[in-house]
Amino acid sequence: MKNKECIAMLLAGGEGKRLGKLTKKIAKPAVFFGGKYRIIDFTLSNCTNSGIDTVGVLTQYHPLVLNHYIGIGKPWDLDRKEGGVSILPPFIKRKGGDWYKGTADAIYQNMDYIKQYNPEYVLIISGDHIYKMDYERMLRFHKEQKSDATIAVIEVKWKEVNRFGILSVDDNHRVTDFQEKPEETTSNLASMGVYIYTWKVLKQYLENDAAQSKSSHDFGKDIIPAMLNDGIQLTAYPFDGYWKDVGTIDSLWEANMDLLDEETTLNLNDRKWRIYSLNPNQPPQYIAASAVISNSLVNEGCMVFGEVRHSVLFYGVEIGQGSVIIDSVIMPNAKIGNNVTIYKAIVGEGSIIGDGSVVGSPDSNEVTLVGNHESIPSEFLSVKEQMGI
Amino acid sequence: MKNVMGIINMVNEPDQLEELTYHRNIASVPFAGRYRLIDFILSSMVNSGITNVGIFTHTKYRSLMDHLGSGKEWDLDRKRSGLFILPPMKEGLDPTNGDLQTLNAHRDYLHRSSEEYVLISRSYMVCNIDFNGLQEFHNDNKSDITVVYKETNDIDSFSTRIGMDDRGRVTSMWEPNASPYGNKVSMEMFFLKKSLLLDLIETSLAEGHHSLMKDAIRANIGRLNIYGYAYQGYLGIINTLNSYYRHSMNLLNPNVWRELFFKPGLIYTKIKDEAPTRHIDGGHTSNAMVANGCVIEGSVTNSILFRGVHICKGATVRNSIIMQNGVIHENTSIEHAIIDKDVVVKADRTLIGHERAPFIVVKRKVI
Repeated sequence: MKNKECIAMLLAGGEGKRLGKLTKKIAKPAVFFGGKYRIIDFTLSNCTNSGIDTVGVLTQYHPLVLNHYIGIGKPWDLDRKEGGVSILPPFIKRKGGDWYKGTADAIYQNMDYIKQYNPEYVLIISGDHIYKMDYERMLRFHKEQKSDATIAVIEVKWKEVNRFGILSVDDNHRVTDFQEKPEETTSNLASMGVYIYTWKVLKQYLENDAAQSKSSHDFGKDIIPAMLNDGIQLTAYPFDGYWKDVGTIDSLWEANMDLLDEETTLNLNDRKWRIYSLNPNQPPQYIAASAVISNSLVNEGCMVFGEVRHSVLFYGVEIGQGSVIIDSVIMPNAKIGNNVTIYKAIVGEGSIIGDGSVVGSPDSNEVTLVGNHESIPSEFLSVKEQMGI
Repeated sequence: MKNVMGIINMVNEPDQLEELTYHRNIASVPFAGRYRLIDFILSSMVNSGITNVGIFTHTKYRSLMDHLGSGKEWDLDRKRSGLFILPPMKEGLDPTNGDLQTLNAHRDYLHRSSEEYVLISRSYMVCNIDFNGLQEFHNDNKSDITVVYKETNDIDSFSTRIGMDDRGRVTSMWEPNASPYGNKVSMEMFFLKKSLLLDLIETSLAEGHHSLMKDAIRANIGRLNIYGYAYQGYLGIINTLNSYYRHSMNLLNPNVWRELFFKPGLIYTKIKDEAPTRHIDGGHTSNAMVANGCVIEGSVTNSILFRGVHICKGATVRNSIIMQNGVIHENTSIEHAIIDKDVVVKADRTLIGHERAPFIVVKRKVI
């Protein structure tokens, strides 16, 4: 097989427990986002747009939807003769086999896949983040710094440092310290879960790590600390665009709302950096004379007869007459009846909301979730309203 | 539907689309926000199970080639069969260079295809049709040729009408606009055995003829069993500017939208990977069909926006069609217009056409 300078390994096995009902039957990277996409579209499109044409996708949790969705990689132009996209589930070997025990173990178990391309560098990314990033620039940085490992970092709010892996760096971008979810720290540079490793260095660390029974086989918890300990060239690549980990219902809702912000740095209309996605072949949206739409993203295949404010509608969504949708995300093919009111909610794929129902409440701080393919009968009132609150 | 090959015949298609076809053929005229006219017949063929489609092009087919590519959007990028684009052997609109000549020039393709039956059609019929019923009907009637028709009062298009006897046998075919008889419009789709088609081509050519419909089929009405098969769905015959505009506006009826794009199958087209459309605060959209990648800051009423259109603040678009990547700047007012691809209309302009004579702006113009 042809040698590749850099190949990508995309970790897509995450269960996404905190996304509740949305990930009951699908892996987190396959969750819908932004009116048209699935979360994994962002990283796959980043690879293609960065000129990386060989991507191994590591799957484990409920892979059916994800496998079917990725297929041979056509929508992302990853259907290639040499390289392209490969789905890499755990497998049985001569001496037994196991599930992927951690992120590092997942890569370790697929060393044969990497070896066949004999790459100089390996890009390791995660399929559950929303961002647009040129990995080629990061690779140039990695080479210029003569680095063994480069970690992309982004400044986060100080009060949020305890949610991330935080790196301290010196003036030359060299990493001096790494703490996983620290309570107190002197840095607010968070790891984005985007790594470029010089392959021969990483290979050594993966082999050492695999031999240690006490290790949790995780990049953040084991590999990076070991590298730091050995004092190899570990650098931080500063990134200042939009980046979001959409691991919870709240953050998924927020990230969707971020798209409606006119000042957002995540521009989906940039023709030089398109986000590709599997196309559902829907006709243009139909907006009726009775409809009112403001500050919203609406996809093809929608029919809107009601009012939609500050919301995101995926393909095939119908909003009936007299209905009002505010601050909400309505996933593909959901049918919203007449005179329905929906506030601050995520309505799952294919769900049916009967006439007159009320979902969520205008003064709630919580995001209300209606699961995929759920149906709410007509004139259902939210729990609060039934109790007369 | 097995054992049937599809042919889309673009030779000498009646074309009164004026500015819209100055630089493209009728098959590649943009329609319905994201499609080209050919998508409807091509998708119908594919959805009916046809896997071998020959596209007989004639003139101005560069944008058609770009649109069709390898045929992958229609699932026609196959090792066996798939999409075949067959360009003319002789360019130009010479009347002695008819579809019989073109079909004959590519008879190797017809011979080599293993299918026993042929469905031959034009490119400008906007419809969504399942041809499986047609094949059954053809066999049940022991028909030689079955022609698809629609009962309609759509009179401002350029169309052939057929007359039928009580048993459904076609007894006459009238020239477009030659006669006001009846309301059965031929959809120019003919289903027949490939061997019969080859035979008709050969015989008619030997007699010095040029036109498949007129000289090979119509001339044989008395001799062959020709039956009419009724199509019930929505039909737009798009070969005049008037019918283009009128059928575009008909799409703003939700019932037509539901029927044409979903039943019995989906309509496929070339993918552009545009983001969902952004409806900005202060913008207003009412009774409109909008494709992806648009940004609406102004007001859009009774109109169709293609992919990637930008309507700036204070601009008003009414009863109009704005094709791909159009930009309508601040405080410009547009009414009853058809604006072709990549047009920029600068600020504070007013373009007003009439329902029967829409204002047309040609491709890539800056106003």
